[in-house]
Amino acid sequence: MNRPVEPSVKPPMRSSGTPPVQASDESIERLRDAFQGAPQEAWLDGAVEAVAGRPGSIARSFAAAGRRAGRAPLAGVPGWSADEAARALLLAALPHDRLTPETLDLYRYGDADEKRAVLKALPLLPIGTAAVPLLLDALRTNDARLLAAALGPYARHLDQAAWRQAVLKCVFTGVPLNAVDRLDERADAELAAMLAAFAEEREAAGRPMPQDAEALLRRLTSEET
Amino acid sequence: MRIFDPHIHMTSRTTDDYARMAAAGVLAVVEPSFWLGQPRTNPGSFTDYFDSLLGWEPYRAAQFGVVHHATIALNPKEAGDPRCVPVLDLLPRYLDKDRVVAVGEIGYDSMTPEEDDAFERQLALAVEHDLPALVHTPHRDKARGTRRTLELVAASGIDPGRVAVDHLNEVTVGLVSGTGCWMGFSIYPETKMSPPRMVEILRRHGTERVLVNSAADWGVSDPLLTLETANAMLAAGFDEDDVDRVMWRNPVEFYAQSGRLDLTGLTAAEPSFAEPTFAGSSIKRGGE
Repeated sequence: MNRPVEPSVKPPMRSSGTPPVQASDESIERLRDAFQGAPQEAWLDGAVEAVAGRPGSIARSFAAAGRRAGRAPLAGVPGWSADEAARALLLAALPHDRLTPETLDLYRYGDADEKRAVLKALPLLPIGTAAVPLLLDALRTNDARLLAAALGPYARHLDQAAWRQAVLKCVFTGVPLNAVDRLDERADAELAAMLAAFAEEREAAGRPMPQDAEALLRRLTSEET
Repeated sequence: MRIFDPHIHMTSRTTDDYARMAAAGVLAVVEPSFWLGQPRTNPGSFTDYFDSLLGWEPYRAAQFGVVHHATIALNPKEAGDPRCVPVLDLLPRYLDKDRVVAVGEIGYDSMTPEEDDAFERQLALAVEHDLPALVHTPHRDKARGTRRTLELVAASGIDPGRVAVDHLNEVTVGLVSGTGCWMGFSIYPETKMSPPRMVEILRRHGTERVLVNSAADWGVSDPLLTLETANAMLAAGFDEDDVDRVMWRNPVEFYAQSGRLDLTGLTAAEPSFAEPTFAGSSIKRGGE
C-alpha cells in the first residue's frame, strides 16, 4: 500500500488501534510490582527465571505472553497492558551479552503485538543505541500501534530529521500526538514549517487538520512571534 | 447472516473487497499461507510474507471490522524447491504466535518424495505446537492425491478431527467423509466447485464437519461466493440454522481447537456471536 489506511474508514476493532500510549517513565520494578499476587505471577516468575538461565527460551515465552499473562490493562501502570509488561520483564531478564541480539531477533520475528512490546520496552532496557534500527523499521510501517510505540522516550536516539518526519507521519495517519515523548521540547521551527505546509494542503483539499496538530502548530508559531 | 471464510488470501485482495465482505456479513477470515503465483527463491521471502499475515493484514482487516487469523506453513507448490525448504526450520517460531490457528496449507502438489517429506515434517509440527492442520489437495490427479493425503495423515498420529482436507469435490468427498477429518470446499466462479454443486453435496453428506470457503486469491475468484452459497442453501430448502452451522459455527469449531481463535472484537459488538458451545473455552481471548 502506498497510501495510509485512512483511520476515518472505520475505527479498528481492537482498542489498540488508536493507542493512547502516554510516553511514560515506568521502570522494570514498577511493571514487576504490578503482577504481585496476580494469577499470572507463577507463570511469569518461571518464564523470567528460565530466560535468565537459558536465554534461548525467550523465543517461546515471549510469543506466548499474551495467552499466559493476558492482555488487559495493567492495574496501576497507565498505558501498559499485561502482555506488554510481561514481555518487558522477559527482555529485562536476559543476560547482558544476549540482550541486544535477542531483542533484535524478537522484533524481527515478532507479530504486531510483540513488535509493539519490544518498542515500548526499549527505554527501560540497558541497550544503548543498538535498537535504533527497530525504531526506523517501525516508522516505515503504516501501523498506528507501531508508530505510536516508536515515539516513546527511546526516540531520544532518533536524529532530529527522522524525528520530525515521524511526528508528521503521526499527524498524517491519525496517531494522537500525545504518543510522542517530549513533543514540545523537541518541536522546532522546521517542524512548524512542515506542519504549516501540511495544513495548507489539507485546507486546499477541504479536509480538516487534526486538532492536536493544529494546536501544536499554534504553540510553535506563537512562540516565534 | 454471519459468515466466517475459513480460507481466503486477503493479501491479494483490495480494500473494496474488505468493505463488500463486511457489508455482506463476512466478519471473520482465516488466511492460509500459500504460493504467490511467482515462485519464491529464498526463506526470507517466506518470513516477510508470514510477518505480513501476522502484522499488516490483520491490521488492514480490522479497519473494516473483519477479524483476521492466519495459518502458517511451507506450501505444497514450493515444498519441492531446495531454495525454499530451509524455511521449515523457521516455522516453529511462527507457529507459537497468537493469531496462528493452524499449520497450513500443507499437502501435495505433484506428489514427489520431497513433498512427502515436507508434509510429514509439518504434520509433526502441528502435533508439537498443538495446532490443527489445513491440508490442500492437488488440482491434478486429485483422487489419488487425496488418498495418499489421508494415508499420510493417518500415519502421522494427528487426531483426524484436527485436520481439514480442502478443495474437495464430488469425486473426492466420499474418500474423506468416513475418516473423521473435516471436509473443505472452495467455491470458485469457474473451476473447483460452484454454489449449486456445493448445495447438492450438502444434501447428500449433511452439514457435519463441512467447511465452505471462497479461497479467493490473485486468480479468478470471488470473496462473496460464500454468501452466494449460503443463499443457494436457503433457496434449496436448508434453514437458517443449517446455513449458520456451515458458514459460521463449523469453521469456529474447527479453528477454536487451536486455542488461539480470538473473536472478542465481534462478541463485544454482537453478544449473540458468543456461542454457548464455545463461550468460556478456547475462543475467548486469553483462554488457555
